[in-house]
Amino acid sequence: MTTAVLNITWATLADAVGLGSIYALMAVGIGLVFGVLRLVNFAYGQLIMAGAYAIAYGSERGWPVWTSILLCFGVVLALSLAMDLVVFRPLRGQTPAVMLVATFAVAFLMQAIALRWFGPLGKIATSLASLNRPVTIGDTDVRKIAIVATVVAAVSLVLLVLLLSRTRVGLEMRAAALDFSTARLLGVRANRVIGSAVLLSGVLAAIVAVMLTVQNPLVTPDFALRDTILVLAGVVLGGMNRLVSATLGGFAIGFAAGLLGGALPTDQSQYLPSFLFAAVILVLLIRPGGLFTREGQRAVERV
Amino acid sequence: MRRRVLAAVQLAGPVALIVATALLGTLVSPSTETYFLSALVNVSIVVALYVFIGNSGVVSFGHISFVAVGAWVAGVLTVPVAEKPAVMPNLAGFLGDHTVGNVPSLALAAGVGALYALVVGLPLMRLSGLAAGIATFGVLEITHNVLQYWETIGPGLNTFSAVPETTGLLQAALAAVLAAVVAFAYQRSRFGRMLRATREDPAAARAVGVSIYRQRLVAFVLSGALAGLAGGLYVHLLPLKTDDVYLDLTFLTLAMLVIGGATSLWGAVVGALAVTGVDSVLAEAESGIHILGHAVHLKGGTRIIVIGALMAIVIILRPQGLTGGREIALPRVLRRRLLTKFSA
Repeated sequence: MTTAVLNITWATLADAVGLGSIYALMAVGIGLVFGVLRLVNFAYGQLIMAGAYAIAYGSERGWPVWTSILLCFGVVLALSLAMDLVVFRPLRGQTPAVMLVATFAVAFLMQAIALRWFGPLGKIATSLASLNRPVTIGDTDVRKIAIVATVVAAVSLVLLVLLLSRTRVGLEMRAAALDFSTARLLGVRANRVIGSAVLLSGVLAAIVAVMLTVQNPLVTPDFALRDTILVLAGVVLGGMNRLVSATLGGFAIGFAAGLLGGALPTDQSQYLPSFLFAAVILVLLIRPGGLFTREGQRAVERV
Repeated sequence: MRRRVLAAVQLAGPVALIVATALLGTLVSPSTETYFLSALVNVSIVVALYVFIGNSGVVSFGHISFVAVGAWVAGVLTVPVAEKPAVMPNLAGFLGDHTVGNVPSLALAAGVGALYALVVGLPLMRLSGLAAGIATFGVLEITHNVLQYWETIGPGLNTFSAVPETTGLLQAALAAVLAAVVAFAYQRSRFGRMLRATREDPAAARAVGVSIYRQRLVAFVLSGALAGLAGGLYVHLLPLKTDDVYLDLTFLTLAMLVIGGATSLWGAVVGALAVTGVDSVLAEAESGIHILGHAVHLKGGTRIIVIGALMAIVIILRPQGLTGGREIALPRVLRRRLLTKFSA
């Protein structure tokens, strides 16, 4: 094996930040549900996959962009709520391991349904393809989607922080994440707070679906599966117990994947998953509580 | 004496089920026999999973990597030397010009599986819960990634062709029985009981001096050996490629364990056989069969939908699995009669 030659350009860097932003949004979506339910949703990627199929459906029929996006939001939100009702609710109170395996099953189920329904070859989502073209800033070409993704992620995160810190439902969610039974004793309604967390995480999944279809217009049944696995690793890497650390973990792994994937020559980038997961395992061994958790806050493992 | 009788029944149940499957397999046509063979190999894999997951209560998504490594060892070492350059041109020197027999290859598969589990487990068994789940997933990803591209140790992206297809009913059944006996002996041993204690109450187990780390490591290595053996059988059963020992197999085998009942050997065996049975019927139906005079033809992909739905339903409605996570026991009347007879 030749020595690694890193070839980092501004374009690669921008792509890496874009991918990191998308992964950060996915991390928030997974983290929100984990906060109130202590449930790691393995099937989160399949929600995104469903949204991506919605966009592909729209672009196949030549719908205007915003109609496709609307359909995507509708599909993802409906599926999120259905998932909460049919899967999460009966599982409340089970051990985290049982819930993880259950969502693993749901993920495979949804993937198999997509495979049966749409076939293995995949559909093309072209309605937003113009975002893939480069825009010239100074003397470098940067893909528009990298900028759009970063901006959208930043705006969504700011809105989310405002929601969590300034509204009643946000306060309730934070309280529930801290201590669910005490929050309930103080009058927080369990179904409402869980429902809003699931809904919010669905909104984020829909946003991610829109942006991932630009990055990768070929929508197949395993769309977003690899991304979800990486984000889950990132979330655990960052620290599950706080939303901020989970988000940072998601961003970090997306950034690393984007940077190394773009900068390494092909004969080495094929081993990229190995490097990433080896790094994740290494970090987990050194700091099992997470990379971005503060010393005093590192709570006892809850799961 | 009484205890021994009860224990004998608990072991006899799974073994009888395995033997019955093998015997049924001798009666059917060669094309249907494949389903029975893969059922027996699945029993070996699921029992291997059970040894760790069932006894420790820690979910591992990484065990299929031991199956994969076992398959690679047994496969690479049994391809005849003359055919190796054609199948695997980039093989390293030693692997390229040595071939071993079937049984040694299986033993080596088990050995390398155990070794790999030891290497992986030494650091990873310190983790628990979610971190352990993600880390074992990482192991699966790394193993899959490396086997897929590293052609010095195997066929890379190609299918494992020219491996002698030696796994017959006798061998598959023997291996499954061996796995069941080892798992049973382990769970009744001092080590198995200590690990089960850590599953039920980690704090109490620690307080009486059980090292959670050490007990989990023992189970991990043992299940790595069993998984490696199953991998060896698998590669001798049908031509494999890396994607055959990856996410789908992880999902299927975990589903079998969970549907059967993760905390008992009986559950592992029942789950493996029941799910493989459903899976086989559906696989046949996808290519068209006749049931009671009606032509049934299912669209491709129905299999995974049914199994996924089954797994989700079982977890939601009966989290302990079909067997309730208990070992098999004789009906009460029979048990009493048997016990009075032996204690007299």
